[in-house]
Amino acid sequence: MNDLTNTPRTKPRTSATFDEYTLSEIRRAAATGIYDIRGAGAKRKLPHFDDLLFLGASMSRYPLEGYREKCSTEVVLGTRFAKKPIELKIPITIAGMSFGSLSANAKEALGRGASAMGTSTTTGDGGMTNEERGHSTQLVYQYLPSRYGMNPDDLKRADAIEVVVGQGAKPGGGGMLLGQKITERVAGMRTLPVGIDQRSACRHPDWTGPDDLEIKIEELREITDWEKPIYVKVGAARPYYDTALAVKSGADVVVVDGMQGGTAATQEIFIEHVGIPTLAAVRQAVKALQDLGMHRKVQLIVSGGIRNGADVAKALALGADAVAIGTAALVALGDNDPHWQGEYEKLGTTAGAYDDWHEGRDPAGITTQDPALMARLDPVAAGRRLANYLAVLTLECQTIARACGKSHVHNLEPEDLVALTIEAAAMANVPLAGTNWIPGSNGNF
Amino acid sequence: MTLSVKPAGDAAGLQLVDLSTSSVRELNAALHALGPDTNQTFWKVAHPNGRHAIAAGLDAAIDIEIDGPVGYYCAGMNKRGRVVINGNAGVGVGENMMSGFIHVKGDASQSAGATAHGGLLVIDGNASARCGISMKGIDIVVKGSVGHLSAFMGQAGSLVVLGDAGEALGDSLYEAKLFVRGKVAGLGADCIEKKMRDEHKALLASKLDAAGILGEVDIGEFRRYGSARTLYHFHVDNVSSY
Repeated sequence: MNDLTNTPRTKPRTSATFDEYTLSEIRRAAATGIYDIRGAGAKRKLPHFDDLLFLGASMSRYPLEGYREKCSTEVVLGTRFAKKPIELKIPITIAGMSFGSLSANAKEALGRGASAMGTSTTTGDGGMTNEERGHSTQLVYQYLPSRYGMNPDDLKRADAIEVVVGQGAKPGGGGMLLGQKITERVAGMRTLPVGIDQRSACRHPDWTGPDDLEIKIEELREITDWEKPIYVKVGAARPYYDTALAVKSGADVVVVDGMQGGTAATQEIFIEHVGIPTLAAVRQAVKALQDLGMHRKVQLIVSGGIRNGADVAKALALGADAVAIGTAALVALGDNDPHWQGEYEKLGTTAGAYDDWHEGRDPAGITTQDPALMARLDPVAAGRRLANYLAVLTLECQTIARACGKSHVHNLEPEDLVALTIEAAAMANVPLAGTNWIPGSNGNF
Repeated sequence: MTLSVKPAGDAAGLQLVDLSTSSVRELNAALHALGPDTNQTFWKVAHPNGRHAIAAGLDAAIDIEIDGPVGYYCAGMNKRGRVVINGNAGVGVGENMMSGFIHVKGDASQSAGATAHGGLLVIDGNASARCGISMKGIDIVVKGSVGHLSAFMGQAGSLVVLGDAGEALGDSLYEAKLFVRGKVAGLGADCIEKKMRDEHKALLASKLDAAGILGEVDIGEFRRYGSARTLYHFHVDNVSSY
């Protein structure tokens, strides 16, 4: 008989396929019968701007002197048709986030921070608030399928209009704002009963496809006397064709949002499994503009996972005119701050991982309509933090651009970049570092 | 091309615009430039020929009569204007209207009165699919029939149909009130027939009155439809409806 106590045993082995998170999700699903809903964007590891490097100047390229030689950052959006294009001092804008999903204080802070740095903010699904308009020197008004709060007066007092076809977190998906966040004010703005779950439609109610969109854009231009730049925002899925069709439809600006781009709330499975990463989307969108002879004539804004000035510089080098930030802006305001760790733990999570934004219990007072929680966010101080953060992104982007010898951040180009991985090289259409190899590419995608 | 506006006839303030010689842009720019005290209160538009966005963004208490068919989004986002279309209307007539009155004397294409917050839209003929989709307070009276998915996600306001309604009427309805005199091919998710009490008859009468046809139809022939409100809160037991 064998002595089992002395027999060597293998260590307990957990499955890479059924990992700890997956097991917990299966148990949660079995207990509730409902899919997991959360906010934010894709959390899984994805090919991203971290997989690219700048080459910097060397024998054949002259760098610019830091702190002495100018590296400009201004960007003009909407030069194709709009009588009044938007002029931004920095190539970083604030992405659309609704009053309703965010507190009024958070929206005010976004406006304060962006305005201090000379850039724009964007409304979201739920209409424009006076606070938001008042605190944003340049405000982009989103035109969404739900048309909640949509009215011609707000359309006329906006600085630009963004027709939202989709967003990176959920291309092809609508939204659901749970009843906890539908306060009297939110409900009033959306013409809905207080406290009910409120769906945001996934398709526009009065147009389908690019031929109709062209007519819709014509209508919006007529209503606003051709003054406002009109953006078309798409979730990154088929960016080459979507960009081309947005141009065909008459857009002044195309916004491409990768799957790392955040949402107020949608299914976890949707966020992680639909759409493509930002890195994979930029060059396809740029290629579409170049093939149409419209690069720099129709401006491109890229969003989804922008965190630092290197990300900004890389997006611009790949051909974008500007970037938009959402999640990073919320973090700058105070979202997921360790200061509230004790409260995150009470909610069964931890600082840095809190994403149940739809439940309205945000300890930081940002993704909530609870007056007591909302009061925790000082819009002036939070706005200052956002302005600081935007300043850092800009300085970092300029630092890299100067190192590459560029007197304007828009002069960054794909030639300044190499990739660390074969995947990133193929997606960004730049050579693998140390080689002249661009996998799978002969200039086509 | 410059806008050709001809003061005509002996009607004070009558403006004539011929879209065979003027552009929609010129017409809309002239309409948007009207001041609050304008005496140009009656406009006639000739030869619209199905052009899009005619009188879009109107914000003036004036009358506009369009002689012929219009394209997409005629009188879109209208505020206060009274617009009569002597012909058929394309997609989204009166979309997102805030107030005022639009009268289509022919048929209307899809999404008539979509997302509109207020005002009255009267369609003498039929309306196609999605009539009153996401309506937010508008009153729509259709003397003919409406297509499928009419009043889809309708939030507020009323849809009165003297003829028949297509499939999936009132799908995912919120608080819009629906009245249909003819047959309903099918009700959408969470839309149910409701009892027609006196207050509903009075409401229906007021809409028919506003459309100028009170007394021409028997209110007793209408049936009322509204939201069962079972989908107002997400619940796994309703998963087959989602």
